[in-house]
Amino acid sequence: MKFFLPALLITVAMAAISLFVGVSEVSLLAIVSGQADEKMLMVLAASRLPRTLALILAGAGMAVAGTIMQMLSRNRFVEPSTAGTVESASLGMLAVLLLAPGLPVMLKMLVASAFALAGTGLFLAILRKVPLRSPVLVPLIGLMLGGVINACTTFFAYRYDLMQAMGAWTSGDFSTVLRGRYEVLWVACALTVAAYIAADRFTVAGMGEDFSTNLGLNYGRVVALGLVIVSMVTASVVVTAGILPFIGLIVPNLVSMIMGDRLRHTLPWIALTGAALVLVCDIVGRVVNAPYEIPVGSVLGIVGSIFFLNMLLRRRFRAA
Amino acid sequence: MQREASRSSGTVLLVIGVIAVASMVAFMTLGARGSWSFILPFRGVKLFSLVLVAYAIAVSTVLFQTITNNRILTPSIMGFDWLYMLLQTILVFTLGAATTSAIEPRLLFVIEVAAMTGFSLVLYRFLFSGSVRELHLLILIGVVFGTLFRSLAGLLQRLIDPNEFVVLQDRLFASFNTVDSNLLVISTVLIGLTSVAAFKIFHTLDVMALGRETAVSLGVDHRRITMIVLALVTVLVSISTALVGPVTFFGLLVANLAYILMPTAKHRHVLPAAVLVAIICLVGGQTILERLFAFDTALSIVIEFAGGLFFILYLLRGAHR
Amino acid sequence: MIEIRDISKSYGSSVVVDNVTAALPKGGITSIIGPNGAGKSTLLSMIARLMPMDRGTVLVDGLDIARTSGDVLAKRLSILRQDNHMTARLTVRDLVAFGRYPYNKGRPTPQDQDHINQALAYLGLEEFAERFLDELSGGQRQRAFVAMVLCQDTDYMLFDEPLNNLDIRHAVSMMKLLRNAARDFGKTVVVVLHDVNFASCYSDHIIVMRDGKLFLQGKPREIIRPETLEDIYGCPFEVHDLGGDLISVYYG
Repeated sequence: MKFFLPALLITVAMAAISLFVGVSEVSLLAIVSGQADEKMLMVLAASRLPRTLALILAGAGMAVAGTIMQMLSRNRFVEPSTAGTVESASLGMLAVLLLAPGLPVMLKMLVASAFALAGTGLFLAILRKVPLRSPVLVPLIGLMLGGVINACTTFFAYRYDLMQAMGAWTSGDFSTVLRGRYEVLWVACALTVAAYIAADRFTVAGMGEDFSTNLGLNYGRVVALGLVIVSMVTASVVVTAGILPFIGLIVPNLVSMIMGDRLRHTLPWIALTGAALVLVCDIVGRVVNAPYEIPVGSVLGIVGSIFFLNMLLRRRFRAA
Repeated sequence: MQREASRSSGTVLLVIGVIAVASMVAFMTLGARGSWSFILPFRGVKLFSLVLVAYAIAVSTVLFQTITNNRILTPSIMGFDWLYMLLQTILVFTLGAATTSAIEPRLLFVIEVAAMTGFSLVLYRFLFSGSVRELHLLILIGVVFGTLFRSLAGLLQRLIDPNEFVVLQDRLFASFNTVDSNLLVISTVLIGLTSVAAFKIFHTLDVMALGRETAVSLGVDHRRITMIVLALVTVLVSISTALVGPVTFFGLLVANLAYILMPTAKHRHVLPAAVLVAIICLVGGQTILERLFAFDTALSIVIEFAGGLFFILYLLRGAHR
Repeated sequence: MIEIRDISKSYGSSVVVDNVTAALPKGGITSIIGPNGAGKSTLLSMIARLMPMDRGTVLVDGLDIARTSGDVLAKRLSILRQDNHMTARLTVRDLVAFGRYPYNKGRPTPQDQDHINQALAYLGLEEFAERFLDELSGGQRQRAFVAMVLCQDTDYMLFDEPLNNLDIRHAVSMMKLLRNAARDFGKTVVVVLHDVNFASCYSDHIIVMRDGKLFLQGKPREIIRPETLEDIYGCPFEVHDLGGDLISVYYG
């Protein structure tokens, strides 16, 4: 725990950098010395601050969601984008756009959550049908399920000329986050806190159904709670910024390698690392090709797939 | 027994051959309005490229499954398509859009195919030399490689000046609707060459299909043949990707349909069957979707959907055994 | 006392546990023995409510396990199954501490700490306490799981083949530990055993399962006889009395 404070400070510094990087100039000096003009303050309040907050909430939420999924499926390779959750949430978004485009964003999020819940439930149901659970078979099925759901989404998007709209929410882009358009992420924040309160239950559930029952835990109820948290966090992130792939894979595995899986102890670290990782990737995406932006989703796609490959290849060497 | 099997193989081939021809005729004639002198060459070019693609994907998948000795791995699932896209993007990125536009497209294509062959041999050799024993792990590694290549290509495309990129996009990145007709002749030549090479090792391939240990003990230079086939497969994948873009599950579907339809596993029978099935699916599917339902771009999506479902079912069935 | 009344379990057409009625006395060690596929593990899992039964009831000190809430039972009865594969990375101390979960719901009190340290000491795990389970040998891991069950401090403790993965020295010390727990703390230990001689030397009571049915039950002296064992396992047995312990020999 003694390293938590420095880590927190680093993340805060990252958030501060995130506030002051961008096309229109916002300088810390000017703000502190009271020389900031109105435009600068407006950019800060309406665009930069919401964006930075959104990055932190989304990163922390997705990392915690990934952890919960790994505990519930007892598999290190599972996270919302390798279990059909993200793709189902996108399908839900498309359904809203087609059938009830006027819904307020909170309701859109709830519909997307319902789809995500159904998709993840389907994934877990398929897993129960696989008696020999080869650990790498699990994410493989999840990825393919995601592909199938995605094909459905693309089909309807083509049919109704919504490809462009779909591209916007699948890219994982925070450049369009403004005040008034990210607030649904506070739901993700609340759920992340809820996950922390229930941390011990998720750890026990991660020990398996038999252990949970032996310790007097209602396993089914914990799974249900976990699924709701994961679906709603994923949906609120997809609704505001789009898909953030692999955070739920990278962060929980890194933290677990170093300090294990007692979630009461590790969840704050997971949330913090998730936020920091997304902040860094977003800053990189903004700086590399300025004035153009690279969506944080693209950066994460690369970082995440390299991390994933590394996990798989290390497994190969360990088996050999 | 032997004779009977080959006789019924002949019948099956004949039947699917007739269906393939019928779907080609339907593709050329259905819903034609206006002058034939315009329609025939226009549709003819498109039909020809679809047939080339069907051939390339079917043959590359069957050969690939032979050397990897299973029926679920395909070059596309292992990320070959996206590797080609990535190399294409890297080329544009390093040479610059202006230079790339100035290069003769056919020359560019040959350079890309050569680069692709080199890279894929380096990259995939260690995976298929038997160092990864667990099939599911191998597939997952391939799938994640695909994701990596796709993300890298996406990133580079964004790093290219967006204005330039729009100009290049149409020329470089094909789909079922914008088939790149510049490359038809050179593709045909390349396909011809690879087919001749594949034909020369036909009988060895049947031995390879028995598995590595058996093939080696029967005196086959397993490693050498694996490398040759991998190179042939790479060329074929490059052709189909250059013509219509990445199609992840098409090869999986047609190869497995061919295995189901044919009573023997001999390449002499399976390869033509796979090609014919591919033509039926691609040309027939395109005809039905385009002419009957007016779904323009849906074919690749339908393939992804059906292929993904098939893949999951296959995995589940395999897990039960 | 654990009362088992008419319980049955089948998968499809194969009946795994067939209408078993038995009473497991309070205190001491009760062993369940029998050939492979006799339904021993299934019976144990059903008693511990890990597996739903098709018919019948199980009462633990008069509480119907089907109707009693999980956390109430978790303070009276604990079970350790075999093959405890765990993906979660926990230290030995973390794992043992979860034995107190039914009492503290994850907020350990100083008293809980005493329990945890005692359990660690009892199994000689102090030096491994801060290690992760995946860094231990199979035998050490097995002892860590047993420590967790001890830490749960229930009146009834059920073990499914706890000697798996243990070498002879650790197997003997495990059985001694269970016997001490029964004698010193008045616990009731129910254990599925493969090794007839361990069952003979350490049990107060033996239950024999065969073909899903309760075949016999009684004191070790009533069960460990050549003709009975031949009946149970279907191969020739000799039984020798060595210093008061009945040792069977079945190597042909």
